[in-house]
Amino acid sequence: MKPAPFDYLRARSLGEAVRALADAAGDGKIIAGGQSLMPVLALRMARPRLLVDINRIPGLSTITPVDTGVRLGALVRHARLVEQTLHPLLAEAARWIGHAAIRSRGTSGGSIAHADPAAELPVVAAALEATIHIAGPGGTRTSTATDLFTGPLETTLAEDELITAIDMPAPERWGFAEFSRRHGDFGLVTVVAAEVRGRWRLAIGGVGGVPHRPAEAEDLLNDGGSPDQVAAAAAAAVTPSGDIHASAEYRRAMMEEFTRRALTAATQKAVA
Amino acid sequence: MNIQLTVNGTRHDLDVEARRTLADALRDDLGLTGTHLGCEHGVCGACTVLIDGGPVRACLMLAVQADGSSITTVEGMAGDDGSLHPLQEAFSTHHGLQCGFCTPGMLMSALDLLHREERPCRARIREELSGNICRCTGYAGIVDAVEAAAAEMAVETGPA
Repeated sequence: MKPAPFDYLRARSLGEAVRALADAAGDGKIIAGGQSLMPVLALRMARPRLLVDINRIPGLSTITPVDTGVRLGALVRHARLVEQTLHPLLAEAARWIGHAAIRSRGTSGGSIAHADPAAELPVVAAALEATIHIAGPGGTRTSTATDLFTGPLETTLAEDELITAIDMPAPERWGFAEFSRRHGDFGLVTVVAAEVRGRWRLAIGGVGGVPHRPAEAEDLLNDGGSPDQVAAAAAAAVTPSGDIHASAEYRRAMMEEFTRRALTAATQKAVA
Repeated sequence: MNIQLTVNGTRHDLDVEARRTLADALRDDLGLTGTHLGCEHGVCGACTVLIDGGPVRACLMLAVQADGSSITTVEGMAGDDGSLHPLQEAFSTHHGLQCGFCTPGMLMSALDLLHREERPCRARIREELSGNICRCTGYAGIVDAVEAAAAEMAVETGPA
């Protein structure tokens, strides 16, 4: 259970990190909080030749208010998301990430780049249609969260690209509902309902390879459908798979129930 | 790579391989074997230590990443005269351990919790310790111990 040997670079700038990744020609990995990568290295499921540590690159740890919401530097730790008050939905979602010892190391950029479909931040990013800022050898680009996630643990990020920041729009109203068997486990189902600039979005995690946006349920929601109707439409839109954690039928039932709960939470906030 | 760690107030200069985890550096290079390794991939919580005041799983951090930081391990909990920390006393009094393997991680996580919250309720204690696995006690004694230590420490501190 020890990582295989690798070269280690403590990058001092984005440029240095990107150049090192490009030079490694696909055999380099970024390490930030390491909460997903370290187990993979320990189990030797990955054996990169080079690890590029971005933890000490200046300027990536800030939370900045922007026009639409907040900009999270890639190195913002989950523990800080819990504490911040600029974006209450992010604070609530971050509270559900792992345990205290994971939240003090794990990063926003890392969670998005890792793209675990059961993780909280990818679901929030999908619901808010977050903008991901990416640096690469050719300069910078942006991507929507929806375009970034292509499959379980799969994104459009190239081997020599890294996430520098995430713009998370601030919703007018929102609801967050997650079920996991033990506190801190990955969610069996995670639902975010958010109204951004007058339009409601729904994103559901844990029931497919990427955070799922049920289009018909969203339309129904925007046309004034009840939480029961919207939840039923959302559950009808996916075919979850069964595994050792839960059967497909159970997942579908939980998805419907937790969509209803997220919507109820969102509506109650509006009344309050 | 040459790194510098301050562990329980003592500065150490070390030369470690890049792939060395912080847990292995503490145990094998510094001889501080109080930090235990159970799963070595971030599931069991036995290797939890405090780094610059925050809880971290020492198996999920490279020693080179901890360069320049200040670390508290279970060896740093007792007073200079050897008197046990109220949490350690309470774990003993309330049967918060049997084999003791998970205990260093439990103590570190509980210490972090009591740094942040003065009097957490039992549900909060269970929630916060859910990242630490114990295979002996059934957790009841551990929750009792943390609750009792919180009360003891609140008395020591006195009303604010």
